[in-house]
Amino acid sequence: MNPNTPITEADLHAFVDAQLSPERQREVQAYLASRPEETQRVQAYREQKSALRSLFDPMLDEALPARLLNAARPRMPWYQQRAAAGIAIALLSGAAGWGLRSGLQPAAGPDMLARQDASAITLTSAAGFAQRAAVAHAVYSPDQRRPVEVDAAHEEQLVAWLSKRMGTPMKPPHLQALGYALEGGRLLPGGRGPVAQFMYSDAAGAKLTVYVSNEVVGPGQHADPEPAASDTRFRFTREGAVNVFYWTDGSWGYAISAGVDRAELARVSSEIYSQLGAPRRP
Amino acid sequence: MNDERQLLTWLPRLRRYARALAGNRDDADDLVQDTLERAWAKSGLWRGVSDMRAWLFGIMHNLHVDAVRRPRPPIIAVDADGLPEVAMAPTQSERLEVLDLQAALAQLPVEQREILLLIALEDMAYGDVAKTLGIPIGTVMSRLSRGRERLRALMEGRATPARLKVVK
Repeated sequence: MNPNTPITEADLHAFVDAQLSPERQREVQAYLASRPEETQRVQAYREQKSALRSLFDPMLDEALPARLLNAARPRMPWYQQRAAAGIAIALLSGAAGWGLRSGLQPAAGPDMLARQDASAITLTSAAGFAQRAAVAHAVYSPDQRRPVEVDAAHEEQLVAWLSKRMGTPMKPPHLQALGYALEGGRLLPGGRGPVAQFMYSDAAGAKLTVYVSNEVVGPGQHADPEPAASDTRFRFTREGAVNVFYWTDGSWGYAISAGVDRAELARVSSEIYSQLGAPRRP
Repeated sequence: MNDERQLLTWLPRLRRYARALAGNRDDADDLVQDTLERAWAKSGLWRGVSDMRAWLFGIMHNLHVDAVRRPRPPIIAVDADGLPEVAMAPTQSERLEVLDLQAALAQLPVEQREILLLIALEDMAYGDVAKTLGIPIGTVMSRLSRGRERLRALMEGRATPARLKVVK
């Protein structure tokens, strides 16, 4: 864009919302440098935005009323799978941590102001992330008909599709050596953007899911562009019949859910962790 | 994400937005329930929906606009479950600030409020806001600008709203 293009009112808002190209973002920043009143206004809008999130984000963590769960619950022809919905609903309505507040927006990139914006947003622990992973496992793993959106026979398409939607390369870990065959993957709504779920099954047909999000801020971390690899630790939680191992790595979160015991889950998690290699960057 | 279970996964976010839009829990949950029912009634269309979020929030927008235009008779709330309205910040001064924001938000015209909220809570791109609300992007930008400025004026006590009394 031509640096002489005048800065408009719309540019100032897009600046607040990190919806400008990096070049334009810098131009607006330069424009603001000599205009304290406009800077103050931009700051006020930014504060509004984070105050709105702090005010309403607790709604994400609240137990959901039965009437809404019933209204959202699948109807025909999914009735035969009611039991599975029941498990998910039990998890949802008892939810202690559905909310997953994000840190970085992938689109914003390593931009000074996007960072500032992100750190103003309320951050929660990764526990909400694990809860979501367990719910997603309980909802999708019992489905005989369509457990995944794109199956493993089309792994290339799966990789291309998930990478496009997540805005970063996404490859399913390979777990054949541990006895888990990839069935495929799907996208689910996260706290803001999509999250990816990969599904695997063992020889007996038992399911294991890998849930990946790039909008997590782990405990004690800030939405810092440098991934805080030092805080990467495995955590374990249990949601009903579903055991979950999870860890965070910068803004990335990984949760491995299955009905298997803790030792088995630890084995799978270590394998996945080592396949991921160095901390990834958004 | 076009499958039968996806509404369960959208539920918390629909509820957060409805709560902010409608201002109180009962109206918000009614709005969410109506949205879910409408979404099910049109579930034959899901396969052709490329952006489920825009589609769902668009349904909620239409229902809310209808409800605002044609208010239903007031319902006397029987606070059966005794839950707090919103999980509030712990200290009293923070709580007062929070209530101020909620009151100020309620003073905004609904067409400004929904744009502010879709951007703040859902982090929607402006183009997606336009698609969700069925308005041109230029209208999104002008309402966003007016809404933010009005909210700022209300929060700073510069505007004299009809109902809000600023207690210092």
